[in-house]
Amino acid sequence: MTRTHLDQTLANSRVVVVAGSGGVGKTTLSAALAVRAAIGGRRVAVVTIDPAKRLADALGIAGQTAIGNEPVRIPLDDAHGELWALMLDTRSTFDALVDRYSPNADQAQRIRSNLFYKNISGALSGTQEYMAAEKLYDLNGDERFDLVIVDTPPTRQALDFLSAPARLRRFIDHPVYRIVIAPSSVGLRAVSAVSQPVLRAIAKVVGAQALDDALAFFRAFQGLDAGFRQRAHDVDRVLHEPSTAYIIVTSGQAEPVAEATYFVDALESANVAVSLVVANRLMPYFGGGDISLPAPLAGNLRELADERRAEESNLEVLRTARPDTPWIRVPLVPELVDERLDTFASLRLLGRALGDAD
Amino acid sequence: MDPKLFLSASRVFIVAGKGGVGKSTVAATLVTAARRVGLTSLLVETDGKPLLVGGAGDRGLTACTITPAEALAEYLDSSGLGRISRRLVTSGIVDVVASASPGIDHLLVLGKVKQLERGRAADVIVVDGPAAGHALTMLRTPRALADSVVVGPIKQQANDVLGMLNDETRCQVVLVTIPEPTPVNEAVETAFSLEENIGVRLAPVVVNRVDVHPPIDIPDVLAQDSAAVRAARFRNDRIAGHARCLDDLSRRLPLPRIQLPLDTHATLADRTDQLLGAIENLEGGAP
Repeated sequence: MTRTHLDQTLANSRVVVVAGSGGVGKTTLSAALAVRAAIGGRRVAVVTIDPAKRLADALGIAGQTAIGNEPVRIPLDDAHGELWALMLDTRSTFDALVDRYSPNADQAQRIRSNLFYKNISGALSGTQEYMAAEKLYDLNGDERFDLVIVDTPPTRQALDFLSAPARLRRFIDHPVYRIVIAPSSVGLRAVSAVSQPVLRAIAKVVGAQALDDALAFFRAFQGLDAGFRQRAHDVDRVLHEPSTAYIIVTSGQAEPVAEATYFVDALESANVAVSLVVANRLMPYFGGGDISLPAPLAGNLRELADERRAEESNLEVLRTARPDTPWIRVPLVPELVDERLDTFASLRLLGRALGDAD
Repeated sequence: MDPKLFLSASRVFIVAGKGGVGKSTVAATLVTAARRVGLTSLLVETDGKPLLVGGAGDRGLTACTITPAEALAEYLDSSGLGRISRRLVTSGIVDVVASASPGIDHLLVLGKVKQLERGRAADVIVVDGPAAGHALTMLRTPRALADSVVVGPIKQQANDVLGMLNDETRCQVVLVTIPEPTPVNEAVETAFSLEENIGVRLAPVVVNRVDVHPPIDIPDVLAQDSAAVRAARFRNDRIAGHARCLDDLSRRLPLPRIQLPLDTHATLADRTDQLLGAIENLEGGAP
């Protein structure tokens, strides 16, 4: 059932979010899923939050086509659909949002040249996750594509983008924020008792200069927050739509399986069901040997079978915890870890392994 | 070299590596190895995830966790702002405004590590650092803040942490990788970036999960599509792949190397033996 399940997921979803810990082949797998969907006739955009180099490597276009914040088309000979790739640029995505919601160019400029804005748009934890959700929303509404595949960063924060829109709303609605953006003349008297220690505390942590920059930013930001709030609401809706599928990737190693379990739990507590777990890069099953084998070959068969059993027992933890979640098991294709192989060929190998699995 | 000498060459070892290379396992093994040679040791987790599978407590390790939020709350407390610090933190406003000086959370975590080091919390403090790129960002923060912030407690904190990072008797970084192309590339890039931008001393690089089996001879008389032959080919491919990656690593990264074998059934005690053995095989005096 799992093969059909994978192809159904690729055929019926408008968004596929791929999450998992590092080193499990997530970027390559996302690329392979995109290739598979494009061959199947869908117009796919695959977006990476990781440094784009790895996606370019996985797609075999490193050094030829630059992947940036705007989608580029990847030529694919035998596809009925189309394959596009892009990388999330948090800063440009944030800039585009500011431009969209600023009532005039002046205010947009004032925000974009603010030192505080420059810092948060690149570095604030949560900004990247929110902008990923934002970009996903944008692509979801782009008529060029009917499927968006998102390769998330290999950290626990990968799923922060689920809660990022809500957090942004909470922040904009928080009394402290309103104090901060209150104009310095009117209304300050009423809130000064609260605001003074708050601002003093913040100044103590970040320094007075940084605080001034931040206050200037929030004042410049006024009037944009309604637009941001509505947008956050829309983005949130897309993330929870039934046409948005979540695929968790793991290897057979204990740590990635533990991370995958964490991801599945985190998604569940966000009221999102996992569509599919992909156990990737597993030790293949070779079959048994007969008793007449030379010792080194028989020993090797035993050792590899041992490795396979160890992986199985790691995976069992996740499987018993989530007996109803569909699984797909992808054995390791040794060529895939060999960088001498043409990467596009290896994607097809992985695509085939996905199709052959189970 | 003598493992005790090796492990007491620095008071803090920050273990860094891409996800999935067994970074946390190596950190736990270092802590156990230190204890084995008669040093007191402490494992410090920095990103709040549970320690390994099974937890450090089950393994009899002394461990603690530092999260940015806690480090920040503690910092506010120590600045006499305990009363409102909780509200500041939960409202998210400190998170947002602190970003005016990006990396302040990393600095506070490192500051806490420095405090443990200064207070001699143990002979050896092993920090299980954040994954991959984040480790680099974290270690770069003190230099960036020391350069960009003009005055105040943050400047002081940044300078203090930088003092620890730049003193090899106080702190070294242990890079962990596995013998596969992408992890090796990242290890090399991270190593150069750490030395050039931060000036932190790199301990020997740990290459984890190396298949040390000799190549398997496949007799022609066997059916070439039999399970045993396909398995032997698979194994030989992996052995050759690992050898290529190790070659590549030694060509590109002039650091001593500690190799730990791929060993499915190894317990923490076995891994400790393997690590101590690999340290004994290192040449030279101090690392």
